[in-house]
Amino acid sequence: MAELFCDARPQAVDPAANRVVRAFYNWAQANSLFILAFGTGCGAIELRPLFTARYDISRYGIMPRPTPRQSGLFIIGGYASIKTMKRIIRSYEQMQNPKFVMGLGSCTVNGGMYWDSYNTINRLDYYLPVDVYVAGCMPRPESLIAGFGRLKTLIREGRAEGANRYAENFDWYKANQKRIIKDWNMPEYNW
Amino acid sequence: MEDTLRTLVERFDATGVDRRRDRLAFAIVPPDRLVDAVTWLRDLAGYRHLVLLTAVDRIEEGIFRLLYLLRAPEERADIGLHVDVPREGASMESIHHLWAAARVYQRELREMFGIDFPGSPEVDVSMILEGWDGPPPMRRDFDTRKYSEETFYPREGRETRDPAAHAAVTRYPADEQVKDEIRRVARENRTRGE
Amino acid sequence: MRYDESPGKTGRAANSPGPAPDPGAPPRAAVSRPPDPWPPVRGERPALDLDSGRYLKIWQGPQHPGSTGNMALELTLEGDVVVDCRTHVGYLHRGFEKLMERRRFIQCFPIVCRICVPEPDFNEYLFAAATEELAGIAIPERARWIRALTLELTRIASLTMGLGGQAGAFGLGTVGQWAVAHRDFVLDLFEELSGHRIYHMYIIPGGVRDDLPEGFAGRIEDVLGKIETLVGDIERVMFANAVFKARARGLGRIPPEWIEFFGVTGTTARAAGVRRDVRRDAPYLVYDELAFEPIVGTRSDVYERSLLRKEEILLAVRLVREILARMPRGPVRERLPNPLHWRIPAGETYVRAESGRGEYGYYLVADGTAYPRRVCVRGASYTHAMALLEELAVGVSVADVAGLMASLQTCPPEIER
Repeated sequence: MAELFCDARPQAVDPAANRVVRAFYNWAQANSLFILAFGTGCGAIELRPLFTARYDISRYGIMPRPTPRQSGLFIIGGYASIKTMKRIIRSYEQMQNPKFVMGLGSCTVNGGMYWDSYNTINRLDYYLPVDVYVAGCMPRPESLIAGFGRLKTLIREGRAEGANRYAENFDWYKANQKRIIKDWNMPEYNW
Repeated sequence: MEDTLRTLVERFDATGVDRRRDRLAFAIVPPDRLVDAVTWLRDLAGYRHLVLLTAVDRIEEGIFRLLYLLRAPEERADIGLHVDVPREGASMESIHHLWAAARVYQRELREMFGIDFPGSPEVDVSMILEGWDGPPPMRRDFDTRKYSEETFYPREGRETRDPAAHAAVTRYPADEQVKDEIRRVARENRTRGE
Repeated sequence: MRYDESPGKTGRAANSPGPAPDPGAPPRAAVSRPPDPWPPVRGERPALDLDSGRYLKIWQGPQHPGSTGNMALELTLEGDVVVDCRTHVGYLHRGFEKLMERRRFIQCFPIVCRICVPEPDFNEYLFAAATEELAGIAIPERARWIRALTLELTRIASLTMGLGGQAGAFGLGTVGQWAVAHRDFVLDLFEELSGHRIYHMYIIPGGVRDDLPEGFAGRIEDVLGKIETLVGDIERVMFANAVFKARARGLGRIPPEWIEFFGVTGTTARAAGVRRDVRRDAPYLVYDELAFEPIVGTRSDVYERSLLRKEEILLAVRLVREILARMPRGPVRERLPNPLHWRIPAGETYVRAESGRGEYGYYLVADGTAYPRRVCVRGASYTHAMALLEELAVGVSVADVAGLMASLQTCPPEIER
């Protein structure tokens, strides 16, 4: 089985040297955000109205995709239990660059309602590079749309470099992840 | 329901019958009579629906008190049978052959309280937690807040206040002022007395 | 040998793994089972030689758009037929029951609603009812009516979305779009009532937080009209749809004798012809004063369960109208003692309600302090999703597993809490 898995470390990608090309790339990325349809917590329930007639997120060039390979935006919908965290990390590492993470709800900011729970993480940015937080419990769909707008602005300004942060500080993120996930139950990684 | 309770007391050594509502009663049975009692309730007394199976950690007495809550759909009554098992090496006879649902409850109790049900299918397979190396988390002597602070990274700047102390300052500031006033007057009286 | 000795020790034939089912055979659920005293005990898994190349093991979930939430099914396939299924939960475990033990009763009130996301109000009501019963608080008459109104509105929202999910699992995306969009109208009502769309924190111990807003009944009536129109549309688009009929009829049949054995409640049990509805069997709030009958089906397959859920949306609409018409005036809240010093006398109780997915119950133990000693939540889909789904999925085509899962209305957050 082990030969089926990639053991290469993620690589940071330098932005395009030409300023015009870079701006074009950023503009294009900002206008096609594909969400990974992984309802990791309560947040999944407020994502559903976004895709229906009332909020209709397709207007902003955003749509849900079923697999990590096709997605560029990972919305962590609320609290992440340790068991889910393992799947979140696997999904995130399967996503292709450029990729962005949005932390949805107070639980991803500081633990929220479950700050003293033994099974939910307290802050997401120690395990994944978060680009945008949307606070609240639950945030309304309008807050999410505002969060998407903020994320687009960041991408256009070239400041949403979470994937590169993850690659550069890979050992730090991995150490934090391994501190809570004792049982990787995955083929051997070499790091 | 009264007949059933009487039979439980007479034939299955039930004690401490507590009628909570007119259709809900709790009783304690010895651990070795529990499966007999539950089987009789299910097959002959009409209490066919297993509502839930759970445990309460009574750490002061050193026991887990299990609850088997059964419901008779026709009679519209519930009977909860309590069983006390010692916390040390807690173990109880399994009832997975009576209800398929019991299998799931027993797996959860095994994981969350550390109560063993020998013979129950997959009882040792972890169900909810994954790679958990601490004590069973639902036991009273496991401190979830301490564990959380040691394991995760609390974000600095988050304030957690003790409700009583916080309320004394915010909700009842007048009280604080009055108390200060009393203290001041008392101090003045003392100084005057000298 | 005692008569209740566990069959694992006696080695009955029912316990031995049978041969792997022939894919051409009808689904296993359709085979008649031996009568009740010795129902099947599927302790061991079928002995499958996974190295033989006949079988394929795939995971459906947790990252899967077709699952009802964050839970996983480990499916062993032969061709496209499931020969073994195992459910995995725990991805949403927050340890609520532990967290409540270190919170005062009033501090538990904001967190209980987060146990089940689609139907938060049942948690609020049951927690309030359990504490009121142990503390001996009687709530005002109008609060009881408002609570019933809230629960029925929640039922409409949850069942509507459940119906949309059921349709979506069979590829009828349109119905899913309509259902979620119409649920928003109900959520708007909740927002006006309580200030929040999802977690209302409205049913507080001692009554409800506040009275209904001015003109609320008229706005409810508008939404009910929209919901009725939607149900009419769904009837034409979904229940008359040849594809839906072909896929849902005969899928996931639950024999009536399984109902007790698996502890099935709610619509899933009623679709099997078992007349059981907590609102009728153990009336709470004002349901003994309302005129309605449980809706019972016969065929017990996915189509029947969907049909019953559709009928229950209409029933909830009727009940909301009746409640609004008969609601008395008066106060809506009983004053609680100072929540910081609110101690509840020692005791234990179990309260239940009929949620959209079945019997929802709270078992509360108080020990005389300001903190609950033990709160145990009996999630309605606890047994549906775990033990029953493992049985039902065997013999089903892998394409229909998502629809089967949706028809049991599994709700992962309430399974693992």
